[in-house]
Amino acid sequence: MFKKAILLMFLAFMSLQVFASDAEHPPKMNWSFQSIFGTYDRAALQRGFQVYHEVCAACHSLNHLAYRHLAGIGFTPETIKALAAEKEIRDGFTEEGEIFKRPGIAADHIAPPYINESAAKAANNGSLPPDLSLIVKARAHGPDYLHAILTGYAEPPKEVQLGENMHYNKYFAGRQIAMIAPLHEGMVNYTDGTPTNVEQYAKDVVTFLTWAGDPKMEERKSTGFKVMFFLIILTLFMFFTKRRVWRNIKD
Amino acid sequence: MSGIQTLEPETKWGRFQNWVDDRLPIFTFMRHSLEEYPTPKNLSYWWNFGSLAGVCLVVMMLSGIFLAMYYTPHSQHAFESVDRIMRDVNHGWLLRYIHMNGASMFFIVVYLHMFRGLYYGSYKSPRELLWILGVVILLLMMATAFMGYVLPWGQMSFWGATVITKLVASFFPGLENGILQLLWGDFSVSNATLNRFFSLHYLLPFVIVGVVILHLVALHKHGSNNPLGIDLKNPKEKIPFHPYYTIKDFFGLGVFFLVFLSIVFYAPEFFNEPDNYIPANPMVTPPHIVPEWYFLPFYAIVRSIPWRWGGIFLMFASILILFVLPWLDRSKVRSGTFRPIFKISFWIFLANCCVLGYMGALPTDGHTFGLPNILISQIATFYYFFHFLGVLPLLAKYEKTLPLPTSLGTPALGAKNV
Repeated sequence: MFKKAILLMFLAFMSLQVFASDAEHPPKMNWSFQSIFGTYDRAALQRGFQVYHEVCAACHSLNHLAYRHLAGIGFTPETIKALAAEKEIRDGFTEEGEIFKRPGIAADHIAPPYINESAAKAANNGSLPPDLSLIVKARAHGPDYLHAILTGYAEPPKEVQLGENMHYNKYFAGRQIAMIAPLHEGMVNYTDGTPTNVEQYAKDVVTFLTWAGDPKMEERKSTGFKVMFFLIILTLFMFFTKRRVWRNIKD
Repeated sequence: MSGIQTLEPETKWGRFQNWVDDRLPIFTFMRHSLEEYPTPKNLSYWWNFGSLAGVCLVVMMLSGIFLAMYYTPHSQHAFESVDRIMRDVNHGWLLRYIHMNGASMFFIVVYLHMFRGLYYGSYKSPRELLWILGVVILLLMMATAFMGYVLPWGQMSFWGATVITKLVASFFPGLENGILQLLWGDFSVSNATLNRFFSLHYLLPFVIVGVVILHLVALHKHGSNNPLGIDLKNPKEKIPFHPYYTIKDFFGLGVFFLVFLSIVFYAPEFFNEPDNYIPANPMVTPPHIVPEWYFLPFYAIVRSIPWRWGGIFLMFASILILFVLPWLDRSKVRSGTFRPIFKISFWIFLANCCVLGYMGALPTDGHTFGLPNILISQIATFYYFFHFLGVLPLLAKYEKTLPLPTSLGTPALGAKNV
């Protein structure tokens, strides 16, 4: 039993290696948040949330985020309260033992589309739409990969036999993905005049999800700048002090 | 060097020190070990890595203690609690990135510290026990790091724990199941496993502190080796640790923190596997299970041998062989500077370790430069042991070493200035 398990693991290891390398490498994109001083584009974050809210949220949860966290993308407390209040939250039990439901508040975590994993699978032909809180960190070349997946749908080549309820996407491991092409031109109405095409939607929602996985990036980089500045000065002082202390020591 | 001795007892602080020192000689100890401690004056910057390793240990323990205040060691909550530290705890992201990357920095520093010891023969008489205690610290660090990597309870945590515990257990044929249940506390890697790993992950660093103290006691008995590897008989060739090496260590520390913190702030996921941001799932095996980078050379060794028990044996042996290194290399000359052939073999050995590390990260069925990875791993594994069991004993016997200088001031004829 034990030997079989190891053997199976090695086999899975070998075969999946081939399987995974089957996917095409995602093209490199330019993101505003990549450089040392890079920040998130606030407008893109808010548009990206809109895409998530109107499209992705139908199937994908964002469990690790609370509504209050959306202050980080520039939402006002009023907007956040209104967003939260749209959802009905299950909050323990009433005195009669019934499930207590109330409108959401800012402190609630973003309400998931399905009540549990089984419900999510049942509604999606047995596939589980992954939670998106950390999806960008959980994939190699996260932002590029996600953008490639969202824009990489195509008609399958003739030699490819798609499984039932599967869709062709050359960037996904095995080139078959359960998720149907989620973005279509004009499906989300932007109010700021930004083009409403698939490419733009993908960029915006990837920006939003990158923020969702790494909301402290801007704080991290700006703290880092101060720390590095201080450290360089301190280290220089240390260097000159060392030289001075050692000036009388001859080889 | 006006020590505490000369402090006039009329100052209150001086009287207090004398009073304490008379009952508990803590100030005398500090003066001897941190201030007057005679240190060779010719130490290079390679001698900075010992104190850096000590700083790493302190940084890891402090950041870890604060992380543990928010972390929840339960299979249902661990992953989420780590993410809450990143999002909601004040500066929790900083603490966690320091701890996560600190582990990698700790290993970089310790590996450099060890290779310095290898090059300059710091393991030779009279420092054999000092070296052995160092290898004990390395083993404890490996155990601590492995268990720490399990705590976030991501996919790599879970499957790394599964693979490694199975490897360890299969070293004992016939007892595998019993040992696995002992390690897991269950019939698979589970909540019980996570609990005991957390407990041990918190315990072992304190054990490391204990061995570090022994390491320092052993060091201070004969003092540091030096780049020439000769015994310094003239007291004028040694200088007090303070202020000379305190300031040199502080400068090194500044440079170290520049590197460490630039990773923490600007590339915090550099050493991490993306898969560990997927919550542990016993039903889904990740396509490519790799350990942390600092285990890769050993992982390459275990995978290079098709016979599993043999591979595991060699993996353990690759570390345990370090315990007997002082008796494998019996050359009387310590420093590689005066050993022309050893010097070359050292760099080949270092390159070989890098090859092993690189192979550990690649799939075994691939090819590199047209050669099968498995074959490269096997050659590199062979050479790793050949260095210790073949090259070093033979060199000790047949190598013609350069003449040693008798003191720091008079380099022997023909030897380059070091």
